[in-house]
Parts: sequence; structure tokens; C-alpha cells
Amino acid sequence: MRKMLNVLYVTNPEAYLVKDGENLVVRIQDQEAFRTPIHYLEGIVTFGYMGASPALLGMCVEKGVTVSFLTASGKHQATVHGSPKGNVLLRRKQYRLADSDHDSAQIASMFIIGKLANCRTVLRRFISDYGEKVDAAQVVNVSKILARNVLRVNKEIHLDEVRGIEGESAREYFSVLNHLIVAQKEYFYIQGRNRRPPLDNFNALLSFLYSLLLHEARAALETVGLDPYVGFLHRDRPGRVGLALDLMEEFRPYMADRLALSLINRRQVTGDGFIKKESGGVVMKDTARKAVIEAWQKRKREEITHPFLNKKIPAGLLPYAQALLLARHLRGDLDRYPPFVWK
Amino acid sequence: MKKYDQEEDLLSLSGIQHFAFCERQWALIHVENQWVDNVRTVEGKILHQRADDPYFTEVRGDVKTIRSVPLVSKTLGLYGVADVIELHKLPKSKTNHSYSIVEYKRGKPKPDDRDEVQLCAQAICLEEMLDIQLEYGYLYYGETKRRHKVQFDDFLRGRVKELADKMHQNFARGITPLPVKDKRCKNCSMAGICVPDLAKGNKKAEKYLTGLFDEMANE
Repeated sequence: MRKMLNVLYVTNPEAYLVKDGENLVVRIQDQEAFRTPIHYLEGIVTFGYMGASPALLGMCVEKGVTVSFLTASGKHQATVHGSPKGNVLLRRKQYRLADSDHDSAQIASMFIIGKLANCRTVLRRFISDYGEKVDAAQVVNVSKILARNVLRVNKEIHLDEVRGIEGESAREYFSVLNHLIVAQKEYFYIQGRNRRPPLDNFNALLSFLYSLLLHEARAALETVGLDPYVGFLHRDRPGRVGLALDLMEEFRPYMADRLALSLINRRQVTGDGFIKKESGGVVMKDTARKAVIEAWQKRKREEITHPFLNKKIPAGLLPYAQALLLARHLRGDLDRYPPFVWK
Repeated sequence: MKKYDQEEDLLSLSGIQHFAFCERQWALIHVENQWVDNVRTVEGKILHQRADDPYFTEVRGDVKTIRSVPLVSKTLGLYGVADVIELHKLPKSKTNHSYSIVEYKRGKPKPDDRDEVQLCAQAICLEEMLDIQLEYGYLYYGETKRRHKVQFDDFLRGRVKELADKMHQNFARGITPLPVKDKRCKNCSMAGICVPDLAKGNKKAEKYLTGLFDEMANE
């Protein structure tokens, strides 16, 4: 498996990125604040205000470092990367499969199977950790529904059915997530999933984590030569990275949801890290974002045994490993796409 | 004999060494445009930086050295660049030379013939371009700092032709052969992308999914 390099997250609104030789230098108010050789990095994500010099962007393109510009709230604005990697024949295969509802359903169902199984693991982990202290009957019940729904996806299925099962499962799952919040309950309480805008602290936290994850899914797909815009579950819509959203599904519970829960339950983020705007939408403060990014980077370094490859890899490489398996499947090396399932 | 007359039919000459080593490695690099540097390939690049200077010529005694010489062969359908060609002045002649091709390699001689094959392919190109015959050339290895003489005999020439034709066949059909996991994978810069473990019979995704469904059914 390839080596995991670092992704640099730039959150300081005064930061400007420049090139110095083979180094990236972060300047804040014209003072050098940080410096690293470019070859330690595989990506840069700036919650962009000031931006980066053209010389730095040129070096990043040459070295294969993806640079993403996000708004302060984590909305994607632009990505700078070099010529697309990989084989045009592979991308054509991807497009052909995406054009067929039947083939799309086969692949889309694998992402959803992964997602439901991993949602179930989030619930089961909670039950084994806290089940004796709290009333977990509802959580147990939803865990069973998710297991049943995984089995419902296992057959000749239409895309609409996949989406139906996914929507139904998501509602059930989010309906019990409040039980999994065991600290700061007065600040973190959700009523379903909402995102445009997030209407509560928990949804704001999730949205931010999902935007970090989406960046990684997209970069992973580009690395293996797939087109992140053409998805199987998420159909084409201008500007939407459909395949990156597809690939992200199976990682949401493992990489984002449980991280959000542990950040709250361990009080690494607190209620005062969020502001409710007059419109009702919630935005995260810089301090909270910083805490989340730190935890995110730490989690990416944790080792996990890949369930299909049966190899220990850092969690941060999971999107890459799955993108690679997806490319192998699309190309015909592998009979099915094996979703990442966290045990 | 089949000729590759169209320029767009030509394949990269340097690929023949990958193809001789592993057909899948070649396909990943040359058909799928995937490439991963590792320590060995970076060292190789640095070594080549010295050899790669098309404006460099050097004359020492009766030997003129030219570098980065563009090559093409229509019988092989390959094009590329020779690291170094040495022109040796022939005795009693002001204008005639004998030519030797030298290919620079990092590391040491390989257990297989991939370097010999690449050198011989270069020789065939030069022969076609200048209408000459070459009996031998040299491989120079960075680790041993030694030149090895390579005879371009009929057997080696036949092997080069055979490999080149197979490369063209695979390229035309867009074939990436399935992985074969063996000891070659240990030194392969593409192992991370190739995922040779998938070659094992027990890695079938269907079986993996069945295990997952069984677990769900037991809930």
C-alpha cells in the first residue's frame, strides 16, 4: 500500500502560502510561521482567505499535491491539481457502467451495504460500551433494522430501491443518534440530518467532518485515475462530485459520525464553539474547527486492519484503498467491489 | 515482416524493460499511466540526469560521446532515447566510425534479461536509422560501476521482436493482465497500485460479501 503523507490544513485567515525552493512556507502577516518540504505532503486544504502564490501552486501540480480551497465553513470552492492520472480506457468503462442503470445499481448497492453495516457498528459499539448504563432498547432495535436492510440490498435491485432503503435507514439511524450523546446533552441534540444550513451544533459538526472526508475521497479517486464527478448512486449534476459522494458513504459512520460523537462525549468540542445565526443556521467557530482538525489528523494515523485486503493500514489510507479496489473492480480484475466494513 | 509505419503506432522503447519484467507492470505504467516513484526510481532519475543532456558531446582521443540520442524502429514499432552512444574513429578513416550503445542503470545486473532486451532494442533502432550492424553494446551499472558487454545475437534479437509484438497486441486491446504474486513484487515500485494480493484465489469479493451477509442474518 502506498505511504500515507500528510495533508496540511490551513485555518488561519491571515495565512498566505508561498514556495521557497522545494519547500512550502506559510506566511502570516509577512512573517514565516511554518515551513515543510513539499514531498512530505500529499494535499493542502485551506479554509481560504488569502490563498497561495502561483509559484507554489505550480510546484504542487508538478509534485502531485492536491490543493483545495474551502470557504471558512468548509464549502468547497476550487481544487488545483495536475493532469488527470490514469487510463482513459478505465474512465470510459466508468462512464459506460454509470450509463447503465443495472450496472450502477450493482455498484451503488455496495456503497450502501458498507454504509449501513458501518452505521450498525457505530450503534453496536455504543451498546457494548454504554448499554448497561443507559436504556439502549431503541438503539438495539435500529441496529437490527440496519442488519435487515443490508440483506435487502443483496439481490437484483433497482437504483430507486437502493436509494429508498438508504433513506429509510438513515432516518432510523439519525433517530437514535441522540442516545449516543452522553455528555453536553444541552448543547448537542439533533432532530434528523440537515445541512443547508445545519440547524444545530451536531449537524454543523457533522457537515464539517463530511467536507474533510469528501476532500479525501475525491483525491483518492483522482489518484487511481477515476473521474470523481461521475457517480453510480449519485447521478450527474453540474459541479457535483458524484463518485466522491458515493465512495464517501461507507466512510461516514466510521470516519465522521463516531469522531463527532467522541469529540462531544470527551468534551473536545463544547457548546461555545458554535454560533447560532439569526436565520437559525449554525456555524462553527475557529477554535472548534481547530480542535476537530487535530482530532481528524490523529484519527487518520490510527492503524486499522483492512477487512478485505487483511493488511494493517493507517485509517487515512482507507479512501485510497477503497478507490483502488473500485478501480480494480471497474476494470474487471475483481468480481465485486468489496465495501469497507468496520467490525 | 510487419512494419509500424504510423508515428502514432509507436510505443515507448523504455517500456520493453518493464514488459520483459512483468506484463502487468508495463500495462499499469504504459496503458494506465500510473506511476509511483520509489527510492530506486528516484535514484535512477538522478543517475540519468547526468546522462540526459542532448547538447552534450565529449571527445576523448578517438572516442566521441553523444548523449540522449532519439531513436526509432519501424520493425519494432518503438521509439525512445539512448543514454549514450560512443563513436569510435575507425583506423585509417577520417569519416567512418564504429558505434557502441551504452545504457546506464542504477543498481546491479538483474537476474533476468530486461536490461539486455532494452539495450538490444536500442541497437536495432540505431541499426535501422543508420543502416549499420551492431554486434554488441554495454550496460553500465551504478552500483558496481562496471560496464558489461552484451552480444546482440539472434536469440536476443528474436526475444526483442517477440516482446515488442506482444506489447503492441496488448496495447491495441487495452489489456492489463491480472496480477501474479511472486518474488518480483518485492522490488516492484508499482506493487502498491497493482495490489498483487488480489491474485490470490481467496480474495474473491463475493466470498467476502457472503461472510458479511451471514453476519447480518445472524442478528
